[in-house]
Amino acid sequence: MLTVKMVVTGPFNAGKTEFIKTVSEIDVVSTERKISNPEERVKETTTVAMDFGRITVDESLVLYLFGTPGQKRFDFMWEILSEGMLGFIVMVDSTRPETFREARGILAAFRAFSPTPYVVAASKQDLKDAWELGDMRAALRLEDEVKILPCISTDKESVKNILLELLGSILTELEG
Amino acid sequence: MALQGDLQDFTVTQLLNLVNLANKSGALLIQGPNEGARLIFRQGRLAYAQLANEAAAAQGSLPEVLHRAEHINDAQLNTLRRRAVGMSDKELGLLLINAGYVTQTEILESLQAYYVSIIQQLFTWVEGRFKFDARQDVPQNKIPVRIALEDLIIDGSRQMAEWDQLSVEIPNLDMALTFTDRPGVNLKKVNLNVEEWRVVSYINPKNSIRQIAKASKMNDLEIRRIVYGLLQAGLVRLVRPEGAPTRLDGLQSAFPGAKKPEQKALITRLIERIRSI
Repeated sequence: MLTVKMVVTGPFNAGKTEFIKTVSEIDVVSTERKISNPEERVKETTTVAMDFGRITVDESLVLYLFGTPGQKRFDFMWEILSEGMLGFIVMVDSTRPETFREARGILAAFRAFSPTPYVVAASKQDLKDAWELGDMRAALRLEDEVKILPCISTDKESVKNILLELLGSILTELEG
Repeated sequence: MALQGDLQDFTVTQLLNLVNLANKSGALLIQGPNEGARLIFRQGRLAYAQLANEAAAAQGSLPEVLHRAEHINDAQLNTLRRRAVGMSDKELGLLLINAGYVTQTEILESLQAYYVSIIQQLFTWVEGRFKFDARQDVPQNKIPVRIALEDLIIDGSRQMAEWDQLSVEIPNLDMALTFTDRPGVNLKKVNLNVEEWRVVSYINPKNSIRQIAKASKMNDLEIRRIVYGLLQAGLVRLVRPEGAPTRLDGLQSAFPGAKKPEQKALITRLIERIRSI
């Protein structure tokens, strides 16, 4: 059986764990812990090693989704997780511009680790404070050819759309 | 136990803070990836600083320091280089004061500025080893100064914060840079300083940022600072260096052994499966 993987990365609290939970056919193997740093306590728990979800195509092909830890002190995991990936999704919280700088750094790091296709998912687009995609593109300094897509991590269709856009980019790359 | 360790665990700023709080006397020896430095303290104050390499050590001689501070001119410097061979800085300083070339205050202020400049360079060292030797004092032939460390520590903390920020923005120096094709931006009209122009002259997708830093003789902090400025101004963007593996190469590693038609078929199957969820 062939297994392929995609990586879901992004700053702390961008919605990576939720994204994987929404489409995974198994309960996400999540390594979440209570947050000890009061400055980062915008939510109760955070991923400390990785999240792991699965989508089975058939008995001969399985797609694994790996979510990276959100906190910077676990960034040593990134390179390990990115090895052999099909592509990656950078999730950015549209309502927290203070995380855009970190998102730029994460994107640059993943581009350096592995030259695979990627898309940027602008998460929490259903919230009223969400930045518009054009503004986020400018703030994240994304080139025109990079896809930035609206995303609601708890919405299955929205998550599917992100995955399909990334697979579309991969297919385009293979056909190019 | 001897005070020694790794700069990744204990930064130069933290070491200065320790020396300051404990009123320590002795030498802090720091060995970075490319060069070393020796800082001498007396009762928690900086008394002397020296970079280990020969060229830098020559720059630390009293005539050179006074010349850089514009207290002596080119002709005087050349005269001193010829005649002051073998003379200690203390002897030479007295001679210059008695001859009316400089005042004692000018000598001390020039040396202080030079030693502070060395400490500022050390703030950019994030890798290396350190060791504190309480037995060492200022060399006999050198002029000691007394510099309080508080301002230096504050300055160092600022630089560390800047370092942290730049490391997030530009985490990987193996990326290359290319000019953006923004309409209306003419590089010649942009006000760049000498260092920035030097970096700009090497910008090419073939050159990694690390290679540009090496060619421009800049450390990691200096090159990140300049690249960050150029990125912020929208003049350049980060790209993978030419010759680096392409996206197709990356995809090959995701499908070991599979040929292109098989890879495309696999992706199509994945697309169909996800549509069906």
